[in-house]
Amino acid sequence: MAKDKDLATSPVKTKKEKRIDIIVFVLLSIGAVAMVFPLVYMVCASFMTKGQILSGEFSLIPNPVKMGTYADVIFKSNFLRGVRNTMIVEVPVLVIGGFTSSLAAFSFSKLRFKGKDKIFLGLLSTMMIPFAVIMIPQYVMFTRWGMTDGLLPLILPGLFGNVGMIFFLRQNLSSIPYEFVEAAKIDGCGYFKMYYSIFFPLMKGAVMTQIILWFMGIWNDYLAPTIFVSNDKWHTMQVVIRQFNSQYAVNSNYPLIMTASVLALIPTLLLFFFFQRYIIESMAISGVKG
Amino acid sequence: MKNKPTKKKMSKAAFREHCYGLAFVAPPFIGFLVFMAFPILFAFTASLTSWNGMNNMLDHFVGLKNYVKLLGDEKFWRVLQHTIIYMIGIPIGMILGIIIAMGMNRKIKGVKILRTMYYIPVISSLVAVAILWSWVFNYDFGLLNIIIKALTGQHGPNWLGNEFWVKISMILFMTWKGLGTAIILYLSGLQGIPRDYYEAARIDGASGWNLFKSITWPLVSPVTFYLLITGLIGGFQVFVEVLVMLPTGGINYSAATVVFYLYDNFAANRYGYASAMAFLLAIIIFIITAINFKGQDKWVKTID
Repeated sequence: MAKDKDLATSPVKTKKEKRIDIIVFVLLSIGAVAMVFPLVYMVCASFMTKGQILSGEFSLIPNPVKMGTYADVIFKSNFLRGVRNTMIVEVPVLVIGGFTSSLAAFSFSKLRFKGKDKIFLGLLSTMMIPFAVIMIPQYVMFTRWGMTDGLLPLILPGLFGNVGMIFFLRQNLSSIPYEFVEAAKIDGCGYFKMYYSIFFPLMKGAVMTQIILWFMGIWNDYLAPTIFVSNDKWHTMQVVIRQFNSQYAVNSNYPLIMTASVLALIPTLLLFFFFQRYIIESMAISGVKG
Repeated sequence: MKNKPTKKKMSKAAFREHCYGLAFVAPPFIGFLVFMAFPILFAFTASLTSWNGMNNMLDHFVGLKNYVKLLGDEKFWRVLQHTIIYMIGIPIGMILGIIIAMGMNRKIKGVKILRTMYYIPVISSLVAVAILWSWVFNYDFGLLNIIIKALTGQHGPNWLGNEFWVKISMILFMTWKGLGTAIILYLSGLQGIPRDYYEAARIDGASGWNLFKSITWPLVSPVTFYLLITGLIGGFQVFVEVLVMLPTGGINYSAATVVFYLYDNFAANRYGYASAMAFLLAIIIFIITAINFKGQDKWVKTID
């Protein structure tokens, strides 16, 4: 009986099922279009003139098409400086923080040492702590250390690693048998060498995915930069965008504001399109197994 | 017997491994001590003082006064209420998420593109999309009211300028931003349900709604649980979206959240009071998360 059933569940769909599929697809498409519609409108608006938007008549097509806003935002504002500042944070954090995180994940997963589980749980529990709690003390710390004039408050904490990344990589390594470690030990391989010549290559894909997600996290971060960095010169991308908004919303210069927002979205969107499969996979893993 | 050490002495090799193991986890552990553990203790101490950043914190010890004041602070209860109202978005996101995920799970061609479209708001910068939506919600020339006018001929509500509608606006915005996550997670949950579960139930004569109620929903409960936990932890910390869309907290502070109020106090140099609020928030989050983990045995099922 069971066998017959298995045969019956072949992927061939009945006519009725196909009809349902079409209806479902249409409904899903309507929803999807509604989801991206504000973003599409944003892109269209960035090519419009201020007059067209303020006319209050709905239109997706810019008339006339104005390309100049992009040049204005990129070259006549703090935009590029914001991008530069964000990148100054990204590079050291991702390189060094990626290294410390993957090394720690290797250790948590494959080495035997006292207090391992306690340390890991301690790190993990910090994910529950609201940023609001540590915000004020960190602000005071960074002020005392004289760092609020630059980007160090955004770089320094990241260098020590990222709990989410450690957790994910540890999960990733758990599927690799312990025999790898034993074999390496017999060959007289040192622990650091074990990390970089055996385990790092094995988790390279997962590391890359996590680095991409972390990149997006830093790129999109607004709260920490706005609290910890007092000097305008060092404002990051998101802070610059927000200032654009408060500066130009007064005179309703929406094309300018939307252009800046579009530019802020492009890097993360591109990364997402290229690495979609990995990003969604890792999101799903953290949700289902986490 | 008494003198025998409880723990066996480590061999030389094991000791070496122990040292390397610890050394490799030292950076995140030090980071944890410096940027988490110490600030938490510091915040707790500060919450017991009337510190304003300029005076000496430890000289202005006031005991639990900040907490007492907080419990009697009408504004605090209001912002807490707003914060909880916004969480209506969590079940809405779950319901829409599971429905859409079930549609996508039908293995229709081209559905992957739709999945991407639903997910785009999730990876978009919060500041950028909050700016975009503050324009979408604009009373005079926002996208929403333009559409409402085109469809009904009537002028839509003053989304961000009305104490009631501002909450609807925030819930709408947050649901839009987070829906993609619920879809992706439910979809991967659905894909983990063995097909023969449904076949067996169908033989027993179960129909659509019953299949959902007794198979699908229980078996995606780990996802629901995860969405609930992360939704609550994040929901209590909603701040940037309000700050960007309503920099003053809305008409009569009607859009302000707990962290928004906390930030206002922080900006006004009431560090002691703000710390007490932060700590109370952490306690609330901790208790709610703990209750959820305690209660999960009752409804969270796993496949095996």
